[in-house]
Amino acid sequence: MAAYIARRLLWAGFLLFVISCITFVIFSVLPAGDPAVARAGRSPSPELVEIIRVQLGLDKSKPEQFVNYIADILPFLGGNGINFGFSYQTNTDVLPEILERLPVTIFLTTGAVILWLAIGIPVGMLSAVKTGSWMDRLAMGVALLFISAPVYFLGLVAIFLFADDIGRFPILPGNSAYGDADSLLGRAEALIMPWCVLAAAFAAIYARFLRGNLIDTLQEDYIRTARAKGLSERRVVFRHGVRAAITPIVTLLGLDIGILLGGAILTETVFNIPGIGRYAFNAINLSDLPVIQGTVLFGAFFIVMMSLLVDILYAFIDPRVRY
Amino acid sequence: MAAPLLEVENLQVHFETEDGLVKAVDGISYTVDRGQTLGIVGESGSGKSVSSLTVMGLTRARNARITGTVRFDGKDLLGTSEEDMRQIRGNDIAMIFQDPLSSLHPFYKVGAQIAEGVQAHRDVSKAQAWDRAVEMLSLVGIPEPRKRADAYPHEFSGGMRQRAMIAMALANDPKLLIADEPTTALDVTVQAQILELIERLQSEFDTAVVVITHDLGVVAEMADEIAVMYAGRIVEKANTDTIFAAPEHPYTWGLLSSIPRLDAPRDEELVPIAGRPPSLINLPGGCSFHPRCPYVREAHTKVDPELKPVPGAPGHEVACLLDSSVRRKLWSELRSGVKPAEARSDVMEEAR
Repeated sequence: MAAYIARRLLWAGFLLFVISCITFVIFSVLPAGDPAVARAGRSPSPELVEIIRVQLGLDKSKPEQFVNYIADILPFLGGNGINFGFSYQTNTDVLPEILERLPVTIFLTTGAVILWLAIGIPVGMLSAVKTGSWMDRLAMGVALLFISAPVYFLGLVAIFLFADDIGRFPILPGNSAYGDADSLLGRAEALIMPWCVLAAAFAAIYARFLRGNLIDTLQEDYIRTARAKGLSERRVVFRHGVRAAITPIVTLLGLDIGILLGGAILTETVFNIPGIGRYAFNAINLSDLPVIQGTVLFGAFFIVMMSLLVDILYAFIDPRVRY
Repeated sequence: MAAPLLEVENLQVHFETEDGLVKAVDGISYTVDRGQTLGIVGESGSGKSVSSLTVMGLTRARNARITGTVRFDGKDLLGTSEEDMRQIRGNDIAMIFQDPLSSLHPFYKVGAQIAEGVQAHRDVSKAQAWDRAVEMLSLVGIPEPRKRADAYPHEFSGGMRQRAMIAMALANDPKLLIADEPTTALDVTVQAQILELIERLQSEFDTAVVVITHDLGVVAEMADEIAVMYAGRIVEKANTDTIFAAPEHPYTWGLLSSIPRLDAPRDEELVPIAGRPPSLINLPGGCSFHPRCPYVREAHTKVDPELKPVPGAPGHEVACLLDSSVRRKLWSELRSGVKPAEARSDVMEEAR
């Protein structure tokens, strides 16, 4: 097991390196705004833009830029004390900026995860057990709606209907409430709407996924055996069916958490939540390569780590899996 | 004589599908006495598994239409509530299945799966149930049962898994064991061991057994009586010796000639039954075996044969429109090595 984990960690390091290469290539090759122009402010003189370009090191050749860029991620190579480079726009180190925003993103993710599991799993189980009933049809219809509706649409609708600064039924804090809240409770209250919006699509996906899985599982031979033993239907469904059907959800959940910890870009942007996602969104708008790079790497790091965690967990939840 | 343990009367299991009514089981009757063994033999799709799952109350499809009676120990099972049926399953009637790997839950220890069945019917502690599981594993010949009870199904070999299934089935000392193709998924060398085990435990526990198989060889040794099923019906029923020595249905003849025999010359070819089992939605008119029967006559395509006693042979029933004397003549020719098609000519002459 230890050897397996070590191998996976080495592999993860390599993967993150490849990802930063790709980020650099995409940024260099694809047309983006000129960071120097973005930095220079309104109607700058060409001289100023040129000075900034030199300051940012953008006058150097692409390979040289790449070396500097990689060196910034690996402070022990660059040795200039810069962590993840510094923002083209604000001149601040990227890593501390990300870490400062991380708690918000974790808070947003945790609440949403709890919410979507609390809704998605029971709905999925009920739908599977009562396949074809009106309840199943209703649940799956609503699920399809939530899966199809993008967060920026659902989020705006939610704000329009319920937020107290815009909404028709002002019962929830507005879309910038998180920044204004000064207590934990206040922040939690400010996140109710983002939590619901973020959880809606996930709850729908999980419900459908579990429903499909459980329906398949209930056709298995070992379920027939469980019934033949004379177990109660409740025990057959929960102890034998759900136990097997829910296992793949761990994979799904691990990856989803990894993705969201890297920043729920749409949700954070729509609701103006100062998390990693919004940081990344702003950076993309301003062609702020070091920040884009930092947030992309951070997101990738979470995904890689969560998938490793999931694989390790599997050894405990599925006795057939051994490393 | 006491009433039989299991009495199935005119059992029909039909499934309503979009393509039409599937007559999986179409009016079968049989009885099993205490401690006796009945073999139900037929091809896949002949309704043998569906009929026994129905006895267990496990035909759960919403489109299933079940009629007839199933009486077990004097109780009508088809009219029993789900809760009463649950108490009978695994306690009075137990079942083992074809593929022991997929029939055991992959996530639970073998001992736990057996103990769970014990606890479902007995008011015992977890530890007592576990002890019973270990005892049963030892009884079915699993070495180091206490250690093996702690293992998962994928850590068992195929034969061991089926032994564990048998241990699970017999843990509550049932009166009836239904074995659905118990050896089909196993290695040939293991098959005989499993059959022996079932037989040994049957006499130890005085359990009645229904063995469902497509392989007459499986039931030859262990069954007291054999019912041959075709397209949802029983076409022939007799004690085991009669089925092998004096079968009267052309389908049974076909089954018998497709078994390799040690006493036959080595280059003799096996004779398969021509054609395929019929669709259970559009059964052929008349005798449903007629499209595959070498001895078919015009009338056979119109008249539906009933299962009738064979004259002069008590307990032997057959559903065939040929005259009993003709059937006996045909069988004696077949047994002397005449190919079905050749046997046909002179008899058909006579029958006309």
